[in-house]
Amino acid sequence: MRVVVAGCGKIGITIIKSLFKERHDILCIDNDQEVINEVINSYDVMTICGNAISYDVLKEAGMEKTELFIAVTDSDESNILSCFTARKLGAKQTVARIRNSEYTAESLGFIKESLGISMSINPEKLTAEAIYNLLKLPSATKVDTFTNRSFEIVELIIKKGSKINGLSLMELRKKFAGNFLITVLQRGEKVFIPKGNTTLLEGDKICVVASIEEMHKVLFSLGFLQKESKNVMVLGGSKIAHYLTQMLAKGHTSVKIVEKNKQRCEELCETLPSSVDIICGDGMSQDILLEEGVSQTDALVALTGADEENILISFYAMSQKVPKIISKVNTSALSQIAENLGLDCIVSPKQIIADLLVRYARALNATVGSKVETLYSLMDGGAEALEFVVMDDFEFSNIALKDMKLKNDVLIAGIIRGKKAFTPGGDDVILSGDKVIVISKGRSLYSLTEIMEGK
Amino acid sequence: MNIKMIFSTVGKVVLIEAVLLLLPFITACVYTEWWVAVSFAITIGIALSVYGLSKLFFRPKNTVIYSKEGLIIVAFAWLIVSCIGCLPFIISGDIPYFFDAYFETVSGFTTTGSSILSDVESMSRGCLLWRSFTHWIGGMGVLVFVMAVTGKNTDRSIHILRAEMPGPTVDKIVPRAKDTAKILYLIYIVMTLAVVVLLLCGGMPLFDSLLHAFGTAGTGGFGVKNDGIAGYNAYCQWVIAIFMFLFGVNFNLYYLILIGKIKNVLKSGELWAYVTIVFLSVAFITGNTLAICGNFADALRASAFQVSSIISTTGFSTVNFNEWPTLSKSILLILMLIGGCAGSTAGGFKVSRVVLLSKSIKREFKKVLHPRNESVVKSNGKRVEEKTISGVFSYLSIYVTCMIVIFLLISFEPFSLETNISAVVSCFNNIGPGFDAVGPTSNFSAYSPFTKVILSFAMLLGRLEIYPLLLTFLPSTWIKR
Repeated sequence: MRVVVAGCGKIGITIIKSLFKERHDILCIDNDQEVINEVINSYDVMTICGNAISYDVLKEAGMEKTELFIAVTDSDESNILSCFTARKLGAKQTVARIRNSEYTAESLGFIKESLGISMSINPEKLTAEAIYNLLKLPSATKVDTFTNRSFEIVELIIKKGSKINGLSLMELRKKFAGNFLITVLQRGEKVFIPKGNTTLLEGDKICVVASIEEMHKVLFSLGFLQKESKNVMVLGGSKIAHYLTQMLAKGHTSVKIVEKNKQRCEELCETLPSSVDIICGDGMSQDILLEEGVSQTDALVALTGADEENILISFYAMSQKVPKIISKVNTSALSQIAENLGLDCIVSPKQIIADLLVRYARALNATVGSKVETLYSLMDGGAEALEFVVMDDFEFSNIALKDMKLKNDVLIAGIIRGKKAFTPGGDDVILSGDKVIVISKGRSLYSLTEIMEGK
Repeated sequence: MNIKMIFSTVGKVVLIEAVLLLLPFITACVYTEWWVAVSFAITIGIALSVYGLSKLFFRPKNTVIYSKEGLIIVAFAWLIVSCIGCLPFIISGDIPYFFDAYFETVSGFTTTGSSILSDVESMSRGCLLWRSFTHWIGGMGVLVFVMAVTGKNTDRSIHILRAEMPGPTVDKIVPRAKDTAKILYLIYIVMTLAVVVLLLCGGMPLFDSLLHAFGTAGTGGFGVKNDGIAGYNAYCQWVIAIFMFLFGVNFNLYYLILIGKIKNVLKSGELWAYVTIVFLSVAFITGNTLAICGNFADALRASAFQVSSIISTTGFSTVNFNEWPTLSKSILLILMLIGGCAGSTAGGFKVSRVVLLSKSIKREFKKVLHPRNESVVKSNGKRVEEKTISGVFSYLSIYVTCMIVIFLLISFEPFSLETNISAVVSCFNNIGPGFDAVGPTSNFSAYSPFTKVILSFAMLLGRLEIYPLLLTFLPSTWIKR
């Protein structure tokens, strides 16, 4: 598929990287020659140096052959305009990054409808949602949900003294009832799908899939449940903080934002409900954090503009025994280091966006029998979880799962049928209209048929 | 430094060469030259075992390469390919001495066309075909070929493409380097076939047309006759003249024509400069040689052929231009230095660099007159980066330095100044014949083995545009810091 990415900033580059791995043909546009040189040296893509809102540049980029146009430059308005122009020049699908909160859901709908923009993405809002999910389920290091929040997939780390430490999956199954599945396991650098005789060890990272009603019960019985964070401290009054606070305030969670810039503090005061405490001060200062009661909070979210600051504050919070620490780290090298040093809960806005676009691009790939609905990368990209919608022409519908010969590193983790969501057993079948959740390790799936051996 | 990746890629190049050696092998069989066929079979065996060894010892886990690795891969690949390529000549006995055979092969791969053979016609058919086929392989590049046929998609393959493709900047025409390589080769193959068909129509035998097509396409210049192209009819001479000119044009332009963007082609400043230089040179030389050739048609044909042959750095000849007046010879010498367009199979300094140089010199003049004047250099309507311009200037200085050093190295030879200068210019710019004792009717066999090695090195330097080879032999490239 031919994809054009306009704007090669942090997010643009991550998108290019992820979509290139998906074997798409990519053309990038940026108006800075230095940036273009950097991209050309590191990725096998074509580049044009120019302004992406210019008719000539888009014409040169060959919009009539382009299936997906993604505008992720700094400015919302130029993204909207270049998507509009690209659409008029023949691009089939257009995606614009629009992150100003003044574009409300309503106005976005209107803009998308009247200008023919297929999707708008807001990295800050999506990141806020991801953090919100984590705060609801603080024992997890990553929480993703499938259609209508029917299923959840949760990454957990087995800590010292955990109930399940040293059990094999078979023993685990006997000891703990409940409709759940341990799907992927990461031990050190190695990622694999565990078998019945695999023993869980301290330090392992596991992915648990369960329906949303079950998840709390399951985590409780496995000894993972931690109470929902009711008292959150947010460092840095960024856009993400703004969205997150809005969501948290609705759920009667008390939030305290620490922000350096006085003017930004005033802006936040204006737009956020008065129940939110806004402190004007430097989040890097330990005195201020102590004064504001960092040791008593349920959770600390580090959202300042600098990755390094976020990491350092998180370590400080760790020393203060804050139960849940979430840090925003955008540089993948840094997040790797931070994770190795013990920070387990790291969110990266650009990775969230890249995942979203990879899923979007895969869904565009017309395949027989099924369509990709949701896609998440698990264990830092070592595995992925996909949700497929089964169509009428799916080859293997109505065959019991135990009779299907699946590929090695593939697992069917859940089926959503109408309002019902369940973890399938050997006698269950896939019907057309179902939504099937599949976990795959080390292989990119484009259609449901690909999970079968020999396809 | 990813040494494993370097040698595994070089191994792949050798494998490809083994496959390509099948063509002369088959030819030798067809002409029942059994001993020649055996010598090709031995060479293929050696190439395959080199590939096997590289496969055995270098299994890269990490396939990431950077600019440095790209340059070294290209340099090593060319050195080894030439070493293996010269074996059939030695084994079959057509060129018994190693230095001669190596000179001849390097001259083939670098599309130079300088020869040490005094009697081409006595050579075996198999070796003749291999000699010309090396032009065709080297013209577009060995590694570009490897990239086009092997299915590897690495993020940074652009570094290899950049190290092997001539010109100040490399533009991809489609997003993937691999697809770009494929398209370029496809255009190359189709154009080569066109030459073969057109030559056949002119009554040239199949074997001769194939070999001349290889020589023309790669802008090489090895022929099959002792008198070059002079023995063929006027039609064939025109066909070759026109195609030599065409193969000196940037291949990206042909792709633009294919996808219907002719407007963009006409905007290319380099193309216009190239066309203008050719027309002016033809006009001057025609006028200058009218007296020698007798009639206008002959003079036009001879000068058009020679101009197109020299500027595209092919080196075919229909007349002995050694006997032309000094003005014509001087023009030819200048054309040798200029060379073809970037992104073509031609060698030389490249028209695009000349264009950039002249534009920035014009700007410098302006600055001297009006010190506060601000301006940028533009090419094809777009601003050229200062980095590119300073790159061209430093290339110019290193280009001149290399030529001077090589000239000094060979100056102990007992030949005239004209001979030595033209030999260096001709080898370094991958043209073929020079003037005087190395003119179109003579050859390089009189030089000592030492000079032949130096000149072989000069040809490789010129083909790979200096940096890859020079950097590979710099200790600082290899020292770990």
